[in-house]
Amino acid sequence: MEALACIKRVPDTGAKIPLTDDQQSIDTTTLGFTVSPHEECAVEEAVQQVETHGGSTTALTLGPEEASEQLYTAIARGADEGVLLEAGDEEWRPTATARAIADAIEELERKFDLLLFGNESADTENYQVGPRVANELDVPCVTGIKDLEVTDGSAVAKREVTGGSEVYEVPLPAVVAVKEGINSPRYPSMRSRMRAKRQELTRMDPERVDGPTFERIRLEAPETDEGAAEVLGEGPEAAPAVVDVLEDIGVL
Amino acid sequence: MSSRELPSSAGTVIIGAGIVGNSLAYHLARMGRDDIVLMDKGPLPDPGGSTGHASNFLMPVEHSKEMTHLTRRSIEQYDEMDMFTNSGGIEVARTEERVEELKRRVQSAKAWGEAGELLTPEEVEEHVPYINTDLIKAGFYSEGAGTCDPLRAGEIMRERAEDSLTVSPNTEVLDLHVEDGSIAAVETDRGTVEADEVAIAAGLWSPKIAAMAGVDIPLTPAVHQLISVGPISFFEQFEGEINHPVVRDMDTQMYERPSGNDMEVGSYQHRPILWDVDEIMSIDEAPLSPTQPPLTEDAFQKSMEDSLELMPEVLDDPDAGIRYEIDGLLSVTPDGAPLLGPLQDVEGLWSVSAVWIKEAPAIGEAVAQWMTRGWSDIDLHASNVNRFYEYGTSRKFVKNRAHEGYQKIYGIVHPSEQWQSSRPLRTSAFYNRQDELDARFFEAGGWERPQWFWSNEDLVRTYNEELEGLLRANEWDSRWWSPIILGEHLHMRDHVAMIGDMGFGIFDFVGSDVADYMERMVVGRTDVDVGKTVYTPVLADNGGFVSDLTVARLGPEHYRVVTGGAVAGSDRAWFEGRIGDDEEVTLVDRSESLCTLGVWGPDAREVLQEVAEEDMSHEAFPPYTAQEITVGGVDAWAMRLSYVGELGWEIYAPMGQGQRLWDVVAEAGEEYDIRPVGMGVYGTTGRMEKGYRLFGHELELEYTPAEAGLTFHGVKDADFNGKEAYARAIEEDNAATLCTLSVDDHVSSEGERRFMLGNEPILDGEGEVIVDEEGRRSYVTSAGTGPTVGKHLLMAYLPPEHAEEGHSLQVEYMGEHYPVTVEVVGSRPLFDPKNERIRS
Repeated sequence: MEALACIKRVPDTGAKIPLTDDQQSIDTTTLGFTVSPHEECAVEEAVQQVETHGGSTTALTLGPEEASEQLYTAIARGADEGVLLEAGDEEWRPTATARAIADAIEELERKFDLLLFGNESADTENYQVGPRVANELDVPCVTGIKDLEVTDGSAVAKREVTGGSEVYEVPLPAVVAVKEGINSPRYPSMRSRMRAKRQELTRMDPERVDGPTFERIRLEAPETDEGAAEVLGEGPEAAPAVVDVLEDIGVL
Repeated sequence: MSSRELPSSAGTVIIGAGIVGNSLAYHLARMGRDDIVLMDKGPLPDPGGSTGHASNFLMPVEHSKEMTHLTRRSIEQYDEMDMFTNSGGIEVARTEERVEELKRRVQSAKAWGEAGELLTPEEVEEHVPYINTDLIKAGFYSEGAGTCDPLRAGEIMRERAEDSLTVSPNTEVLDLHVEDGSIAAVETDRGTVEADEVAIAAGLWSPKIAAMAGVDIPLTPAVHQLISVGPISFFEQFEGEINHPVVRDMDTQMYERPSGNDMEVGSYQHRPILWDVDEIMSIDEAPLSPTQPPLTEDAFQKSMEDSLELMPEVLDDPDAGIRYEIDGLLSVTPDGAPLLGPLQDVEGLWSVSAVWIKEAPAIGEAVAQWMTRGWSDIDLHASNVNRFYEYGTSRKFVKNRAHEGYQKIYGIVHPSEQWQSSRPLRTSAFYNRQDELDARFFEAGGWERPQWFWSNEDLVRTYNEELEGLLRANEWDSRWWSPIILGEHLHMRDHVAMIGDMGFGIFDFVGSDVADYMERMVVGRTDVDVGKTVYTPVLADNGGFVSDLTVARLGPEHYRVVTGGAVAGSDRAWFEGRIGDDEEVTLVDRSESLCTLGVWGPDAREVLQEVAEEDMSHEAFPPYTAQEITVGGVDAWAMRLSYVGELGWEIYAPMGQGQRLWDVVAEAGEEYDIRPVGMGVYGTTGRMEKGYRLFGHELELEYTPAEAGLTFHGVKDADFNGKEAYARAIEEDNAATLCTLSVDDHVSSEGERRFMLGNEPILDGEGEVIVDEEGRRSYVTSAGTGPTVGKHLLMAYLPPEHAEEGHSLQVEYMGEHYPVTVEVVGSRPLFDPKNERIRS
């Protein structure tokens, strides 16, 4: 089975997100980069399915040259190959991203049975790329998946809904957008990390075709709670202090 | 103890609640400070500094006595809090050069009183079954090493200080208020706290805090890369947090430290990655912690390869992944040592910075002693923050030295190794002339000082016979050394030499109260005639040495103090900090404005008389006096004394006229074959033959003038610092006495002549390290060849049973024992014992 896991390089932020002066993007001067936990699970799911069924896993991303770092990490976590769609430093919107990924999937020699995505990216949270790629390729799409079983030529995917769960059977190839919890992503071993770095990536030059678009006015960081945790006391003696605080904040 | 309200005033404010801030708070409380506020911008128990990502192991054996003793004392404290696990530690050697270095480790272990032994690769394997013995040639086993929990230890220390302490986390310092040169208050986002004393223990943020008071703490944040790999199935069969020794893979500058089922792999191998403090994320912005930015992966590649190779069995476990990986930020200083003590220019402001967890509890204790009683049990002089005063605090300098020093963290560093970067920085007026003569410059206190002159190479041939047996064939022994030094020495003894500039600290004290003040500061009587000089110890209240220096009386209300360049900043702080509030005493620092030229040797008087307008005769210019003289039109001031045991003068001239002074003396000396000679003669060969003591080597807080043989002043009537202890030390029998020894046989088992360099343990006939009744071990405080006496000389403190002239002992050097003989007990010079030359 041929599995594809699509990931996106995003800043690794703490409680407070620093913005650039023009408020158009996150100030990443001192930040590291990562992929969303959903995407970590997408890579792990692809690797596990391939471990079970044979075949190979390809990790793919669209982004700047530096995004190769995330591909190497995916390879270190068990992916066999990495594909970088060199998109430059500018951020691509979901429509253009999905078109470029769909084009790449059609162009690549390997024909994928399972197209795994994270349910949404960690930064922009558009929830679009997976479904749009499915639409472009005219394959079925399931999202919010927390359990996946692949059988011969089809997959059974389960997602949680209020009060229960929904179970779908989709013929392959299909797009499956997964959520954190579907598996426990492995930590890459030292040796796999070293090996990953030596691996050649496939680089592609995607064509950017923007759909109807919108203008970003500005980003605003949410107010962070400046107050920090405070130990009010221990045991029953702490009760009056707790009551005071509850009154202060208007709960009582 | 934790308070929602910040008090409006406090006796002591400590900024920074990492391990050293907690330790300082605890020990200050123990010593009686009862109104302490400990604040940190971050939350507790881990406020986000370097303490939170330390690998938490303590390897006690270092070549520095101070650091070894601080680590030992820290281990005792962690252990007392039940926060220490004695895992042992092993430094492994991959190269022959490192094997020699590990022998030197054994030597240092013995000298400083730690367990330490050399292991074969097979013996290393017995302790560390997963090590690849093919790669290693030897190991150094430090049985006393182990691991600690500094965050929990910090909590315990805060709890213990509870009654005297207000702890204020999440409190950002916005400003330091200074009034009339003293610290007045700490302004924070939770209010302002007035304070009598403030200690900056903010780790890599310390410079930023110090700048708020207009002073410098010279350190830079630097990356130490660290990963944690697990779960490793090999460790699953063992209990406890750590069950195998920590391994330091010295030649790759890495360590492997077991932690539970993980192995932490840390590295100093990568290229130095230095940060600016302003680039560091705030605690709100940091995903992990401000001091744990993401691993710079490309820099760690080689470290991964090397560690996998060394410990394939555990690190190549297919189920073990990299669970944690950071570029851990820690503080690096221009010389690698901590920055401790009172910051001059702001009274009451202290630095407790650049401290690692392995020494933090002891440093907290020692600085608390320093703050409360003026001296510490463990001498901290090598870590005195003032050692960089007025030269080594610029950002560029700090970065250059940190960059260079980073490679030395696990490096093989020769005791005389010189820094390469940011040089020349401080040059005297003689520099250009010396450079023309191919001087080999060494640096002290930032000053460029010639160690020897290549232009004097002919002297090695001239004194060919005298040097027989004193030349060093071994590369290590002769590194940063030249036989020219010995030639220069002999030439000076036979003819005349000029030495300078020594980079002295030169402080003038003026004011109506200066006579009383000076009397109080030093052991020697300073109520002397104008024009007299006094060589004297400066003591702490325990009777130990703070410094030794020369005091000259220039006028009824004017003294000049001349001290060593390397300790100029610390001495200045000591003197300045002891001027009473209502005392009329002003310190004027002349170190940068005066240069010093020494002219010494049998022909010194003839040379100087030719160019000096004054009468330089013995009668007109007696020994140990000072006068103004004019040399070749340069108005100068001279003292007739000598650190090399010869007739001669130290001439002090305005820096701007120094080159003229040099030229005039050099020209006048031509017919006497005057030679410029280096600090190798001044600082080592000349002084060793004369038994002159050197601060930081023979003289330190742990020894008294009685033990150092410097009681010639007796006990004067006037009160002075350390008087009581000093008088008591004279009364009592010495537990140890400083002796001069000579090496009887230099030949190693391989037939090579070896020369000790200092800090080697002294052993009795049975090969046991000599220990005095106070538990102090005998070791070589200084080593140097005495070419006139034809022997390699060592100084060491010896207990009474061994302090006997003619007594035979041994010294351990690079794993072998060499026979030595006690030549002199006390300070009598080996060369010219009656000082006839100086008095000629």
